[in-house]
Amino acid sequence: MSTIFGIPPQALFGQLLLGLINGSFYALLSLGLAVIFGMLNVINFAHGALYMLGAFVAWLLLTTAGIGYWWALLLAPLVVGAFGVVLEKTLLSRLYKLDHLYGLLLTFGLALIVEGAFRHFYGVSGQPYPIPDLLRGGQNLGFMFLPNYRGWVVVASLVVCLATWYAIERTKLGAYLRAATENPVLVQAFGINVPLMITATYGFGVALAGLAGVLAAPIYQVSPLMGSNLIIVVFAVVVIGGMGSILGAVLTGYGLGLLEGLTKVFYPEASNIVVFVIMAVVLLIKPAGLFGRER
Amino acid sequence: MIARLLAGAALAALAVGSAQAQQGKISGDVVKIGVLNDRSGLYADLGGEGSAVAVRMAVEEVGGKILGKPIEVVSADHQNKPDIGSNLSREWIDRDGVDVIVDVPNSGVALAVQEVTREKKTIFLMQGPATSRLTGDACSPTGFHWAYDTRALAVGTGQAIVKEGGKSWFFLTADYAFGHQLETDTAAQVKKAGGTVVGAVRAPLNTADFSSFLLQAQSSGAQVIGLANAGGDTITSIKQASEFGLTQSGQQKLAGLLIFLSDVHALGLQVAQDLVLTTGFYWDMDDEKRAWSEKFKAKTGKMPTMVQAGSYSSVKHYLKAIEAAGTDDGPTVAAKMKEMPVNDMFAKNGKILPNGRMVHDMYLARVKKPSESKGPWDYYEIIRTIPGDEAFATMAESGCKLPG
Repeated sequence: MSTIFGIPPQALFGQLLLGLINGSFYALLSLGLAVIFGMLNVINFAHGALYMLGAFVAWLLLTTAGIGYWWALLLAPLVVGAFGVVLEKTLLSRLYKLDHLYGLLLTFGLALIVEGAFRHFYGVSGQPYPIPDLLRGGQNLGFMFLPNYRGWVVVASLVVCLATWYAIERTKLGAYLRAATENPVLVQAFGINVPLMITATYGFGVALAGLAGVLAAPIYQVSPLMGSNLIIVVFAVVVIGGMGSILGAVLTGYGLGLLEGLTKVFYPEASNIVVFVIMAVVLLIKPAGLFGRER
Repeated sequence: MIARLLAGAALAALAVGSAQAQQGKISGDVVKIGVLNDRSGLYADLGGEGSAVAVRMAVEEVGGKILGKPIEVVSADHQNKPDIGSNLSREWIDRDGVDVIVDVPNSGVALAVQEVTREKKTIFLMQGPATSRLTGDACSPTGFHWAYDTRALAVGTGQAIVKEGGKSWFFLTADYAFGHQLETDTAAQVKKAGGTVVGAVRAPLNTADFSSFLLQAQSSGAQVIGLANAGGDTITSIKQASEFGLTQSGQQKLAGLLIFLSDVHALGLQVAQDLVLTTGFYWDMDDEKRAWSEKFKAKTGKMPTMVQAGSYSSVKHYLKAIEAAGTDDGPTVAAKMKEMPVNDMFAKNGKILPNGRMVHDMYLARVKKPSESKGPWDYYEIIRTIPGDEAFATMAESGCKLPG
């Protein structure tokens, strides 16, 4: 059998596909972070906790009300988004005049509180969430067995990422949003309700995290730790992509997923640090990130 | 916590003043038990607060006093970091007058704490950590390894699966002291039983996605995929193996080398059914174990793992030894503990080797199918009792250099 760097090409395809699946989660989460940072200038450390919250809402809907996966896919992001709106209105909005650091500290504190509360009530081992019947089983692709559910995750995340990018870069609402980021005072002078827009953006950004949480629930255990396991990597993704760049966040998310997948084949021991090594290198060469602009 | 630390510091200062006068009695006029484990991370459910609850149960049973002096239980989170673990234990011993450290899951942290307790001649009752090195080359005169170890897991699960026809093995190993030792010990047992090891992959601790490693295991063509990991890592890898259809094909079999009751509870029987595992304790085996476990469940809402039950048993034995020795001096109590057989709800006629290994019967269990289970926590069918002498290494085999 022919090999590429000592690995059969079939195994390599499999690993690349798995990398793409993990990249889907990175992309969805970093997209939300990038949208929030672009609009609010807030580094939202609570993103991982809100992702976890999305998964828990889905699990609670199923176990307490018998509401299944497909409804959860709609309801959980709404619940998480609403929670985000409350956070923004009551807490975050007071910090916009201050340094970024205060927003970071506030959201970090919130993340610790939310995670701690869930850990207290549900323990760390997590709760199982079944794969929906429609997506059970898998396809034999010849080079690997692809569970249907994982395929669905890639498709769903691609659609959401593209739709978000389109809405922000190509629609009128998106144009207002970008303008308000550039110069909020001027945009407000044109009669656009900027504070409402900011609130809606935060709500949307964290709803994306909630959605990612629901998508993740059947793959991982629904566990209070699931957010903190992921969030640091996602921050590295955003930094590499360039803070506030939407396309950068999405592309970097998928790209780093692939790269991490390859590391798991060639040098598995390093798979949990490879993203940070890349981050360090990128920061040395392009401090604003791959797709970011110097401000 | 701060108030406790201050109080401890004050007590320690007092102890220094009166140490000469008190020799041969209870140091600091209090027996202080420190439960040190992972209270927030991936190992928190198998030990965590549950171990502290179990220790308090042992203390309550003797009336909260020993030789007329009060017993106090403190606890802390080592966050799975060896440096935090060794610093905390140093602080506990030097400043707070802690007399015994209990649990300490995560072999990496336990190896670090073992060095501290050896230096300070403090008793160390290990429940959570697995590596057999703790009673091997890293053994200590005051270190005791109680509930299980990697060698017992290897003998139990490893040999059983080879006998069933699982001859070729591939290991999915947690990349630190514990995983490496479990892989080494199991590979030795597999080879002894006539099997072969075709490869291994080392996954970082606390990995979120095991699919890549599982695929590598699948393409190795091995009959058995040995999971040399624990806690959250085991749960994730078993769940994802089922998702990727590794075991449904019938070509390959998963061997969870270290599975706790809390893992099975989290996975659910649908996913965990038919796994074969080795354990030092299961609540539903006899009346004594059931009674104790129900009491534990009333306090925590969960049935105990072997780590939590072992924490109870070891502290109970430790307190008996203080009673018998008439002092809480580390080396004296350690010697006493090794003289006395261990008899409680956890172990029958357990004996402690000079290297600190508590030798007791281990159990090979199969996880029940959902249809066989009568309700929550009815998870295991015990298929074999592994005599202690078979499960654990002898003093000579262990590689421990202590006299004995």
